[in-house]
Amino acid sequence: MTALAAIAEARRRTRKRPLGRHLSILGWCAAAVLAVVALLAIFGPLLVTVDPNAVDLSGAYSGPSPEHLLGQDASGRDLFSRLLSGASTSLVGPLLVVVASTVLGTALALSAVWIGGWFDSAIARVIDAVFAFPGLLLAILATSIFGTGLQAAVIALSISYTPYIARIVRGAALRERSLPYVAALRVQGLRGTSISLRHILPNIAGLISANATLSFGFALIDLAALSFIGLGVQAPTADWGAMIGSGMAGILQLEPQEALWASLLIVITVAAANSLGDELVKRSENRS
Amino acid sequence: MIAAPGTEPTTAASGAGRTEPILAVDGLRKTFGRGRKEAVAVDGISFELHEGGSLGIVGESGSGKTTTARMLIGLEQPTAGRILVDGSDLTRPARRIKDLRARGRLIQIVFQDPYTSLDRRQKVGDCLGEVVRLHFGLSGSALNGRVRELGELVGLQERQLRALPRELSGGQRQRVAIARALAAEPKILILDEAVSALDVSIQAQILNLLADIREQRGVSYVFISHDLAVIRQITDTAIVMRHGQVVEQGQTANVLDSPQDPYTRLLRDSVPHAGWQPGTVK
Repeated sequence: MTALAAIAEARRRTRKRPLGRHLSILGWCAAAVLAVVALLAIFGPLLVTVDPNAVDLSGAYSGPSPEHLLGQDASGRDLFSRLLSGASTSLVGPLLVVVASTVLGTALALSAVWIGGWFDSAIARVIDAVFAFPGLLLAILATSIFGTGLQAAVIALSISYTPYIARIVRGAALRERSLPYVAALRVQGLRGTSISLRHILPNIAGLISANATLSFGFALIDLAALSFIGLGVQAPTADWGAMIGSGMAGILQLEPQEALWASLLIVITVAAANSLGDELVKRSENRS
Repeated sequence: MIAAPGTEPTTAASGAGRTEPILAVDGLRKTFGRGRKEAVAVDGISFELHEGGSLGIVGESGSGKTTTARMLIGLEQPTAGRILVDGSDLTRPARRIKDLRARGRLIQIVFQDPYTSLDRRQKVGDCLGEVVRLHFGLSGSALNGRVRELGELVGLQERQLRALPRELSGGQRQRVAIARALAAEPKILILDEAVSALDVSIQAQILNLLADIREQRGVSYVFISHDLAVIRQITDTAIVMRHGQVVEQGQTANVLDSPQDPYTRLLRDSVPHAGWQPGTVK
């Protein structure tokens, strides 16, 4: 009996691994890429030696040189410093979208699940209705009302991303709410808000953050697309999506560097966010 | 802190009319759905439980045992009937948080599944502390002391109080669930198949623990089970439920040894024993 207990104890111990061990090599690489991109966005402006908006028409489309590491764009602006200073504008937008939609979606879903009844049905119907609108379409509509620029696009995308998060959180919270421990806490007389925030939320936080990571990638693409068609970040501010847009002309003149570098950064960041998000989602589903 | 009654718990059996019952259920009924789809889960049952007593509710799956438990703790609203606990009417589930807590200090429950009845991210000690703070507003060392005391009451060591549920065995988790229920210092504890998910040897330990606690604290039990051996061991009086109705009630020994109702006989004869042949059970 004691030997058996010792074995069982040892098994329990080994099962209790630090969180990080659950990530695969790909997951770690994705996390590292995102960390590097985030560092670039934060400290990039400090590394910039050439003014990203300085026009030098004589150097248009010139290739890499010691002064211009990645060459120059159609107006002779330094590509390297534009990509670096564009990192923050390109990443802050999606980050705001993710934070706003996650907070809003989680709050809606948790209150719908706790209150239940007609309130839950109403929230569910609204979620379905907003779901029917493609986020990009809503964002374009918003820019036509509130004017072009990052702000309107971010607000519109936040609204259209909210149901996505809300639906996932609602499903997970419903499962959690049906567990006996929630009933036990209710019988004790704990408030619904305390149960939702102190017990249900921490138990589904992994799933929420995983889906936030995933939607970061999508939001980055959507905002880049808006900037690409000229409704998002406005010239001359550097932005990866806008750079693909302004680099279009260069592609036709066989000078694709600007569009190429900007797309490459978007692809790498989105791929990293998606693979990390996918892995986190799978992990959190395995756990619950 | 519980007002321990002077009565010997084992003798404080049904003894109707002797004292005011701690729990009186009268004509309790619960239906789900309406019209043609209406299903009667509990069909007008009545029973009483005296302070320090232990009442068993026996019956097969779907007989309405668990629905009865859920109405007692206020997770379901009865369609008809009355629930009186210690003189106060608890028929309707509490709406206000104050009433909910007051009800929590009268009646508590331990669920069947020790794996899902604890928050998997909360340390055992925090789980008990949360309930103690909620009801008695203790903090600091008083809170810690009370949590340790509760741990001792159910046989959990300090090391286990610092553990997460997944580091504990099923039996230990059920001890935590019992401690959490007792943390509110209720007068009535409902045990809904509370030992059914445990190994037989662990079952015996938990049943002994429950018997000790009843003796020490004078808590009254409503013990719901399909296991007649368990009911015989832990309860003084028993009711047998079938299709939402009480088919038999009385002293546990009488009910199980000389059942009057054919259904009780069927239940009893369905328990495997030496020389038992399934074909003979009718």
